[in-house]
Amino acid sequence: MRERLEELKQEALSKIVEAKDTKQLQEIRVSYLGKKGPITEVLRGMGKLPKEERPVIGQLANEVREVISKELDAKQEQLDQEALEAKLAEESIDVTLPGYQQPSGGPHLLTKLIEDIEDLFIGMGFEVAEGPEVEQDYYNFEALNLPKGHPARDMQDSFYITEELLMRTHTSPVQARTMEKHKGKGPVKIICPGKVYRRDTDDATHSHQFTQIEGLYVDENVRMSDLKGVLNSFAKQIFGQNREIRLRPSFFPFTEPSVEMDISCKMCHGEGCSVCKHSGWIEILGAGMVHPNVLRMAGFDSEIYSGFAFGMGPERIAMLKYGIEDIRHFYTNDVRFLKQFHHA
Amino acid sequence: MLLSLNWLKQYVDLDDISPDDLAEKITKGGIEVDGVETFGEGLKNIVVGYVKSCEQHSNADKLNVCQVDVGDEELQIICGAPNVATGQKVVVAKPGARLPGGMKIKKTKLRGEVSNGMICSLQELGIDQKFIQKEFEDGIFVFPEDTEVGSNAVDLLNLNDTILDLDITPNRADSFSMMGMAYEVAAILDKDLHLPEVEVNRIDEKAEDYVKVRVEDADLNPYYGAYIVKNIKIGPSPLWMQNRLIAAGIRPINNVVDITNYVLMEYGQPLHAFDFNRFGSNEVVVRRARNGETMTTLDGEERNLQKDHLLITNGKEGMALAGVMGGVDSEVKDDTSTILVEAAYFNPLTVRKAAKDHGLRSESSIRFERGVDPNRVKEAGLRACQLMQKYAGGEVLEGIAEFDEQAVEQSIVEFDAKTINRRLGTAISVEEMKNILHRLRFSFEEADAHFTVYAPSRRGDIQIVEDMLEEIARIYGYDQLPYTLPEGTSNAGGLTTKQKLKRSIHRYMQSAGLNEAMTYSLTKEENTAKFMDQYIRALQPKAVKLAMPMSEAHSHLRLSILPELLSSVQYNLARRQQNVALYELGSIYVNKEENISKQPDEQLRLSAAITGIWVNQQWQKEVKTVDFYVLKGVVEGLLDLLDIQHASFESLKMEQMHPGRTAAILVQDEHVGFIGQIHPAVQKDMDLTDTYVFDLDVDRLLEVAMENEGSYEPIPRYPSVSQDLAFVVDEEIPAKRIMDVISDAGKPYLKDIQVFDIYQGEHMDAGKKSIAFSVRFQDPEATLKDEQVEEARKQIVNTVEDSFHAVLRG
Ligand SMILES: [Zn+2]
Repeated sequence: MRERLEELKQEALSKIVEAKDTKQLQEIRVSYLGKKGPITEVLRGMGKLPKEERPVIGQLANEVREVISKELDAKQEQLDQEALEAKLAEESIDVTLPGYQQPSGGPHLLTKLIEDIEDLFIGMGFEVAEGPEVEQDYYNFEALNLPKGHPARDMQDSFYITEELLMRTHTSPVQARTMEKHKGKGPVKIICPGKVYRRDTDDATHSHQFTQIEGLYVDENVRMSDLKGVLNSFAKQIFGQNREIRLRPSFFPFTEPSVEMDISCKMCHGEGCSVCKHSGWIEILGAGMVHPNVLRMAGFDSEIYSGFAFGMGPERIAMLKYGIEDIRHFYTNDVRFLKQFHHA
Repeated sequence: MLLSLNWLKQYVDLDDISPDDLAEKITKGGIEVDGVETFGEGLKNIVVGYVKSCEQHSNADKLNVCQVDVGDEELQIICGAPNVATGQKVVVAKPGARLPGGMKIKKTKLRGEVSNGMICSLQELGIDQKFIQKEFEDGIFVFPEDTEVGSNAVDLLNLNDTILDLDITPNRADSFSMMGMAYEVAAILDKDLHLPEVEVNRIDEKAEDYVKVRVEDADLNPYYGAYIVKNIKIGPSPLWMQNRLIAAGIRPINNVVDITNYVLMEYGQPLHAFDFNRFGSNEVVVRRARNGETMTTLDGEERNLQKDHLLITNGKEGMALAGVMGGVDSEVKDDTSTILVEAAYFNPLTVRKAAKDHGLRSESSIRFERGVDPNRVKEAGLRACQLMQKYAGGEVLEGIAEFDEQAVEQSIVEFDAKTINRRLGTAISVEEMKNILHRLRFSFEEADAHFTVYAPSRRGDIQIVEDMLEEIARIYGYDQLPYTLPEGTSNAGGLTTKQKLKRSIHRYMQSAGLNEAMTYSLTKEENTAKFMDQYIRALQPKAVKLAMPMSEAHSHLRLSILPELLSSVQYNLARRQQNVALYELGSIYVNKEENISKQPDEQLRLSAAITGIWVNQQWQKEVKTVDFYVLKGVVEGLLDLLDIQHASFESLKMEQMHPGRTAAILVQDEHVGFIGQIHPAVQKDMDLTDTYVFDLDVDRLLEVAMENEGSYEPIPRYPSVSQDLAFVVDEEIPAKRIMDVISDAGKPYLKDIQVFDIYQGEHMDAGKKSIAFSVRFQDPEATLKDEQVEEARKQIVNTVEDSFHAVLRG
């Protein structure tokens, strides 16, 4: 019987090795380990054996069953694994084909730039103030120390609608309006972005409509050195930490002293090149200490309060930053232009 | 203004500073130098030659063979200039010379004759045609007879000069002259200043006996002075003066005109020389022109005048347009012998108006417009007399005929050193401030750090403490100011809710696949009537028109963003960009007055336009062309973003839009905009492919959005149950109507409804459609029982069948 069991074991094991699929394995399991299987049969014939041999044979039979069962399980696992691998192999795809693209849009470069500048000043405690694009002569000029007939009005030839109404030529009237609302009490810390208009013929460097962003800070004891410090951190954050700034005296009717700010030329690092007209510097913005007449007209006591203001053109900044050659690109909305700045 | 450094050197020592460094210092002082140009850079071997003989070339009609003495040798030079002649002193470029533009002069042969150099015209030496004296315009330049042969022509012609191109701000009228710049540069460099001295020998006759001056309107002309110079001999002015005028950008004419121009540049005081014998009377009367009066100016133009223009007359006719241009009748000519030199102060606004009206902006008018130094008017006139005496043989009469009602106010500014430092953020010592004021040549008193400054009359811009703040800061150096950050009240800053929502709209539109566009607010008139939203139309707006537009294309303020946005779409299509999705968030300008008197109402709108392919996955055979529902989905997503409930779309007919594919957008039953396809006929007109647009009233949407606080609803704990229902109905019944009925009938457990299929065609009766809904029920309090769901379903089916003669499909 011992031999028979050993024989059965070898037979089953070799069948397991040869088995090709789960169905065959199942048949082997039923035929060898089932109730009608040969091992059960061997056990049934154990009555004929001497008493002392019975437990030995019984144990042996169990061992054989166990071995066969284990092998069956192992084989099953192997077959499962193979089937899975075959399935995965069949499912593989060409990962180099293009992906399923969602339609994607993006911001206008000017909006993006304006938001960046807004956020920078919000971080310094500024609020964003807005105002009408069709302005009263008073807010656009007079409240900014530009009375009628002032020669500096020539500097910004304007689109008038009536004698008293015009398309604003800068966003400064928002400053005048905001100061007026504060009724002589500081601080006023605002940044004013928006569209402005001038009587220019559109060409590569002129646009009758463009954007501006201006800032105003009025409080007790605001110093000119504060203006310098604030402009310096603005320039470094927008243009890069390695850029230097230079302030030059200039003239604007609404500020005194007035300054123009240059940044060092990125192209030549101050050595002088064609981009900076060989000066090493590029003009970025105008600024100054708020003229006492402007403070007074808005209801502030110019003995107690002082302030600074600055203004810049996002188009100019964008053109310098990205080397854009024609200002009209900002308004023709060529999608080949717009899409270049989605990640700007 | 063009600043000649050779000229400036007469007043300030510039030996130890390079032109580039000087330019930078001037710029940092507040007068921007736009360019630095050295005339004769690299010019050498260019000398004065004497033409000993000049004979026609035997083989060429237009060439002359000249023997030229250049001092150390004699050269044969072939010259083609029409004006070359024996006995002239000319500019000779010797072999080895270099001309502007890099041309090298070599020994050569011309038609068989040796040529050892070149006799030059001024153009060939790099001088702009427009500055060259008339007589030398078409030929070589000829030196005065007393010029030394062999001397350096580059120096004699001032070609070694460096010119700075200055951009002078309107407040710095003082810098508009050589003397003004001398003050400026002396202050910046902390140097001595040497100004010309005016000394004139007078003859024993009085100007007042020759001429009287009467001014009718002292406001327009507070000072008028007339000098008389007799026995003038008109001729060329000295070469050095011509050189300086050329350097300043002025063409030399004759000694008298050159002298007035020279003083104009030197003092910044415009003068005018009248031929007194042609003046026509012994009286100068300054008055307003009469409306309709005419006068012919020096340029030969007849000018129509009006009462805003100030006229210099002889008591009857106009002799000059004050401060702008002289008249042809009293022009200085070759035979002029007696000159009336006008030195006056004209009101800046009058001159500005006349110069503008007649398009005659000149070196003179610009200076009057900005305001000349009232204390140097007379001196400048006398300086001209001095030069006429010296260079035109003139005899200057005693005295001056004048009208003088000019009150020159002394501007006094007081301040404490402490105030200056507090406002600038600096620690400048009192001594340093005093030094700065000395450099500026301002008179002042100082006691206990308190300053009293008496601003000089040339600096009319110094009126208040802030002006002195700037003066001190700019001489001290803006570079020297420290960098500080404001120490005042600190506040948080930030965006308002509305500003945040506007940014959210931008982000949403972009992630929905549209590109932000920016178009012009000013558009052509016909566009103001197009694509106007019906809510705006109901306001009966009158498009705002510019008084003086630059072009018809941008003459009116827009009443819809769409016309210009569609132009942008068309622009792209014309450039083979077929898939375009643009939006713009911006204002329209609503005015309701016939004659506008107040600012229009600026309303914020969101407009979008899309055309072409929306999704294109070619290799996956999936291509979605833009249609109504693509854009509607964008709008629905936006309303969802803003948490706006109760929005609906209703079929709408409006001009320029497709009658069957346009809808009004309603929020809480109020019209907030429209969506749809552009009418095919309009598309064709505008060269557009099928284009879908929407236009929304953002002010209203944000109002609704801001009413919503944004409340929290707990996540349901009990499962929901879905049921599908398909009905056959008449094809014209809108889905929305059936959904409204289902919503109502499905209460209280109905949670939401989705349309999941629309079918028409085979197996369907004509005029019918099948529409399938997926409805979902939920009870927030408990798990729904089958009977409850069945009951709700029955209720819905019955109501829909009754309401629409619908049939439930099996
Ligand atoms: Zn550079």
